[in-house]
Amino acid sequence: MLQVKNKSFRIGAAITLFMLLLILVGTFWTPYDPNAMSAAEKMAAPGLRHPLGTDNFGRDILSRVVEGTRATFLVALCSVAIGLLAGLVIGGLTGYYGGWVDELLMRLNDSLTAFPSLLLALVLIAVFRSGKYSIILVLGVLFIPSFARIVRTEVAQQKALDYVRSARLMGVRDMRVLFVHILPNILPVLLSSVAIGFNNAVLAESSMSYLGLGVQPPDASLGRMLNEAQAYLLRAPWYALSAGLAVILLVLGFGLLSEGFGGEGRA
Amino acid sequence: MLLVTLLLVSLIAYLAFEIIPGDPTTMLLGSDYSEERAEALRESMGLNRSVLVRYLDWLGSFLHGDPGTSYSYAMPVREVLRGKLAVTAVLSLMSWVLVIGVSLPFGIALVRYQNKPFGKLGVSVNQVFMAFPPFFLGIMLTYIFGLLLRLFTPGRFIPFSESVPGCLAYLFFPALAISIPKIAKTVKLLRASILSEMKRDYVLTAYSHGSSRWMVLKNHVVRNALLPVVTYLAMSLADIVASSIIVEQVFVVPGLGRLLVASISNRDYPVALCIVVMIASVVVIMNYLADILTQAIDPRVRLS
Repeated sequence: MLQVKNKSFRIGAAITLFMLLLILVGTFWTPYDPNAMSAAEKMAAPGLRHPLGTDNFGRDILSRVVEGTRATFLVALCSVAIGLLAGLVIGGLTGYYGGWVDELLMRLNDSLTAFPSLLLALVLIAVFRSGKYSIILVLGVLFIPSFARIVRTEVAQQKALDYVRSARLMGVRDMRVLFVHILPNILPVLLSSVAIGFNNAVLAESSMSYLGLGVQPPDASLGRMLNEAQAYLLRAPWYALSAGLAVILLVLGFGLLSEGFGGEGRA
Repeated sequence: MLLVTLLLVSLIAYLAFEIIPGDPTTMLLGSDYSEERAEALRESMGLNRSVLVRYLDWLGSFLHGDPGTSYSYAMPVREVLRGKLAVTAVLSLMSWVLVIGVSLPFGIALVRYQNKPFGKLGVSVNQVFMAFPPFFLGIMLTYIFGLLLRLFTPGRFIPFSESVPGCLAYLFFPALAISIPKIAKTVKLLRASILSEMKRDYVLTAYSHGSSRWMVLKNHVVRNALLPVVTYLAMSLADIVASSIIVEQVFVVPGLGRLLVASISNRDYPVALCIVVMIASVVVIMNYLADILTQAIDPRVRLS
């Protein structure tokens, strides 16, 4: 069913696994307490004691980046989950049954996808106010249309195929056809869009938090770290560089994975 | 159709800012707050009327160039916006020109030298740049060109009125930060589009006539392959405006984006609403133009 073996996929998987490992280890252990300050070691350059150096409060940057990556990843995970679940239900039902609800939702969808998601996120955050949970909710809601559209298109295509017809002729219930028969067949496309979703979520979260409208202190986030780091750019460039690199690796990993699923290697 | 969409967009934006919990009078009055004063203020601001009436009222004055009064600056939104629109427009256009000017030759070159080291390396480098968030690129450009090479002073924006070349030179760096990831995405799209065109029959015909690879590319393939790219480029202006919201923050450019972020943080909704509706209108209009443009270059689209 799923046979993806291409270069994009392999490199993407390697980067993503590396980041996931970092997050997993970071959940239980970081070299230092990410919030422990040390007056003696302010803005220390990368070295043996602190592999990525320290920030303006003498906090260990490696530990902070791991903590921030974990936080950013969790926000992305939750918002993609919201978007995917709602998108699966809405897209699945409208694609399967069609009708005027389907027409209406797709028109709405068309007009929504034309807008830059950052602009929509800014409007929604003005409504919901900032914070970790609002940003998850806002991004989750923003992802629903694109997931719904992809699921809808795929389901509508599969519906016309013989295996679905024969299943229905055999009297299999609609919900079972939809989720047991059709779902596995649209998995590669779905995985590809989940990876893109992660990609966008990481970018959106870090942008919003950088602007001060996303995750708020004391919660960690790569975007907030970049905002802090910018003030100490000249004296501690390694701070911004490490946090930025973490964002890039997350985005690059998911981007390549998505291409691996959806590109030439599609089964 | 275009007008309906624009109306709908402005209505949705208006309603979004309308359902925000909290009463603006509480914030405006601050420590002077009393029930009577709040009531009087609500009366004078027209907050007692129905939402639809207020929307139509707002729309009427917005179209007449008077989008209301800012809460936090206590002056007309038009005054607050003065000069900011031009800065963002110049920044966005500059980024757009950079995207078009760099991605087309670069994308074609990547296909031309597909099997040479340049082509192979270019594809990988391109992939990496796609993953760069514009604001992080902005921070890096600030560090390298602003702090190390001292080509510009980060945070010291030069207004048009002071020096036009100085202003453009300052805006070049934010424009670079906005356009680099966009260039990478356009190049990828163009390259994929050209490579899929290369598999068509007419390419084989052209080769059989004795055309070289470069001739086939230049005379036949690129024209056809450009079609999806042109649409993409026309639509990408909207994304560029969105990126400039955040990149303006990095370079402390006093444009619409910085004002939007500040007005959302300060809950200055008349300003935020005005900016959102303006940007949204640009998006809608650009998408409309992209459609027309696609039909103009390729008559086949009109028929289907």
